[in-house]
Amino acid sequence: MRALEDVSLELRAGEVHALMGENGAGKSTLMRVVAGLHLPDAGEILLRGRPVSIRSPHEAMRLGIAMIHQELMPIPDLTVAENVLLGHEPVSGVVGWIDRRKQREEARRLLGLLGADVSVGRRMRELSVAQMQTVEIAKALARDARIVIMDEPTAAISGHEVEALFRVIDTLTKQGVAIVYITHRMNEVFCIAQTVTVLRDGKHVETCPARDLDQQRLIGLMVGREWKSVFPAATDHAQSPAPSLGREGPRTGAEESLATEAGTAPGALAVRGLGRAGAFQDVSFEVRRGEILGLAGLMGAGRTEVVSALFGLMPADTGSIWVDGEPVRICCPADAMRYGIGMVTEDRKGYGLVPTMSVRQNITLASLRACCLGPLVRHGREAAVAAASIREFGIRTSGNRQAVGQLSGGNQQKVVIARALLPGPSIVILDEPARGIDVGAKMEVYGIIARLAREGKAVILVSSDLPEVLSLSHRLLVMRQGRVAAELIPARSTQEEVLKYAMPA
Amino acid sequence: MPCPPEAPGGRRLPPLRSVGPLLQRFGIVIGLGAICTVLAVMTPNFATPANLINVARQISINGILAVGVTYVLLTGGVDLSLGSVVALTGVVAATFAHPGDYPVVVPILLGILAGAACGAANGVVVTWGKVAPFIATLGMMTIARGLALLVSGGRPVSNMSPQMTRLGGELAGIPIPVLILGAVAAGSWLFLTNTRLGRYIYAVGGNENAARAAGISVHRVKMFAYTVCGALAGLAGIVLAARITTGQPNAGVAYELDAIAAVVIGGTSLSGGVGGVGGTLLGALLMGVINNGLDLLNVSSYYQQIVKGCIIVGAVWLDRRNKL
Repeated sequence: MRALEDVSLELRAGEVHALMGENGAGKSTLMRVVAGLHLPDAGEILLRGRPVSIRSPHEAMRLGIAMIHQELMPIPDLTVAENVLLGHEPVSGVVGWIDRRKQREEARRLLGLLGADVSVGRRMRELSVAQMQTVEIAKALARDARIVIMDEPTAAISGHEVEALFRVIDTLTKQGVAIVYITHRMNEVFCIAQTVTVLRDGKHVETCPARDLDQQRLIGLMVGREWKSVFPAATDHAQSPAPSLGREGPRTGAEESLATEAGTAPGALAVRGLGRAGAFQDVSFEVRRGEILGLAGLMGAGRTEVVSALFGLMPADTGSIWVDGEPVRICCPADAMRYGIGMVTEDRKGYGLVPTMSVRQNITLASLRACCLGPLVRHGREAAVAAASIREFGIRTSGNRQAVGQLSGGNQQKVVIARALLPGPSIVILDEPARGIDVGAKMEVYGIIARLAREGKAVILVSSDLPEVLSLSHRLLVMRQGRVAAELIPARSTQEEVLKYAMPA
Repeated sequence: MPCPPEAPGGRRLPPLRSVGPLLQRFGIVIGLGAICTVLAVMTPNFATPANLINVARQISINGILAVGVTYVLLTGGVDLSLGSVVALTGVVAATFAHPGDYPVVVPILLGILAGAACGAANGVVVTWGKVAPFIATLGMMTIARGLALLVSGGRPVSNMSPQMTRLGGELAGIPIPVLILGAVAAGSWLFLTNTRLGRYIYAVGGNENAARAAGISVHRVKMFAYTVCGALAGLAGIVLAARITTGQPNAGVAYELDAIAAVVIGGTSLSGGVGGVGGTLLGALLMGVINNGLDLLNVSSYYQQIVKGCIIVGAVWLDRRNKL
């Protein structure tokens, strides 16, 4: 798996160059290479016509390249002035006393250049996200950056803050600074960018002037025309056991009141009005037995947060969850498992595997009780159970005592899936189950998902891979900014339509 | 065929990797064997039954504490309060062990209970209080010391019943503290390797989030580990009091550090999830043998401390290198 392949990009002084593409298209990876956070395996970087090698963020900075990350990294307990001039403190004397006054003045001057109204004496943690962003940009200026990379700078800010940011960008470009602008928001691109480059699956698709593009064409470029046929006959839409409540076409989540029927519906899992402050609001849906419900949306749309709430990893604070028509309270994963919910978490390293344990111990971790006699583990039974899982899911391992970290990514993922399914859940949540694994393993995972539905389990599939969710699911919810934006029938929908609902207005 | 250039490396890799765990597992045994051989050659007194029993007796208190703290370290925590808990429980036991007062089980049970209570308090602060184990147990270290001084009025508690002091004696030529250590270690080994809760302790230390996502109550597992650790510190405190025939409120200073050192030398990772009682026992034995050997070689106790420090750092250093 290559994150990037044969990508070329040319950046001119004083221009805003938008970098677009779906989740995982390689935008951030490309920029992380330029900013010295990743080393490229091949290719070269030319700066003012001369080849340069950028092996660390420090070197990138010396060359005048600065990156404003999606998640800002300020030092919260230092002042604005200290943050702006971090690593560039004006010093005097042999010992290097920091000249506080000069520091404040310089910071004030740089922020003034950006037309920003931020008091330089304030602590960083007291600032709004938009203000922090401005400080980060001032920091880049302090280092004399000629190239500023902004990774989704408007993801966390709104309205007039966006306008202020655009004014800052305008100021920068007038001074000859080149800007790479990564975003998902169409209107912003047409508003500020002169040039647009589209990436897809780590490959370069198109570079052209923004004025030659319109929204339709841009989405088309991002999605690609070809329909990949790596999917099993997984979802025979015709035989869909859950004929989607007779609804057709898109609708908005708030309009319709699924909620009223949720309590009595035969659906395996129903959710009404679910919300958690700062993550998602007013999410209602249901999943029936034998149905695969897809959950699509951009990064940060709240999909993972919703399913984490269902599984009790981060409980919701409003709304209700119903299993088989009964209201349930889910405060931790153990609760969810009692109600027959199983989950394959998105973050394999963080929430999936126990790296210090063997393949066998990882597989049986969630159902160890079934391998026990009282408090004692019956090792023979455990080995048999694990061996059966290894066969069932085709996990390629040298033996069930092998350390789980030695397996390939795809096989590690199958271990996580095996663990989640071993207790026999009737409701299965899969969060990006096929991300970051090779094509062969992907197909096996798709096969497993299809089989789960055939076995009559209710499946929720979260995926950023549009062809994947569209082919596998019977029904598709599109989330946008923490809300359900649309419910679509994949058989009658397209990637373009999904993206249209997923993109913030 | 694109294979040949890659195949040899690919085939050689797995064995290379498996040397690491092997060294980790047996490196300490080899080291211990080498040191014993050298000592047996250099000093006439080392390899005598009397001296070996003496070594075993010397490590028994540290061994019991180390086995206890193994539980906590396996969950990825730490317990710095052990030395003070030893003093507190010794004083508590001694207070109830005057001749003719109570049957001998009473002071023993009370001592263990006092230790378990300290451990449980640590557990509550670490889990529900979300305080870092280092800080929580540092607090307990001071609190338990204060309690020990309070209970004893700041003076050693003596006048113990002979039944109680017998705990520091011998049974069929083997010191009773050694027998207790043996029982504690064997029981803990069986527990950690063969029970569900034991497995959960490893899972929580290996990846707390994954353990939670597998439906394990992480709080309960940690509570258990800290409580067992405290209870075993209580047992160690009783044994110490019995051996010195007094409850000393000032006993046990810095004992926790020796215990943690033994665990770490034995290959248990401070970040949790890896290791076990077998290694801990070997670690305690290694420390005991080196102390004893240096004594026999008439090396000043000042040097002994330096050597001990070097061994702690060296053992972990080697362990790290093996893992890379």
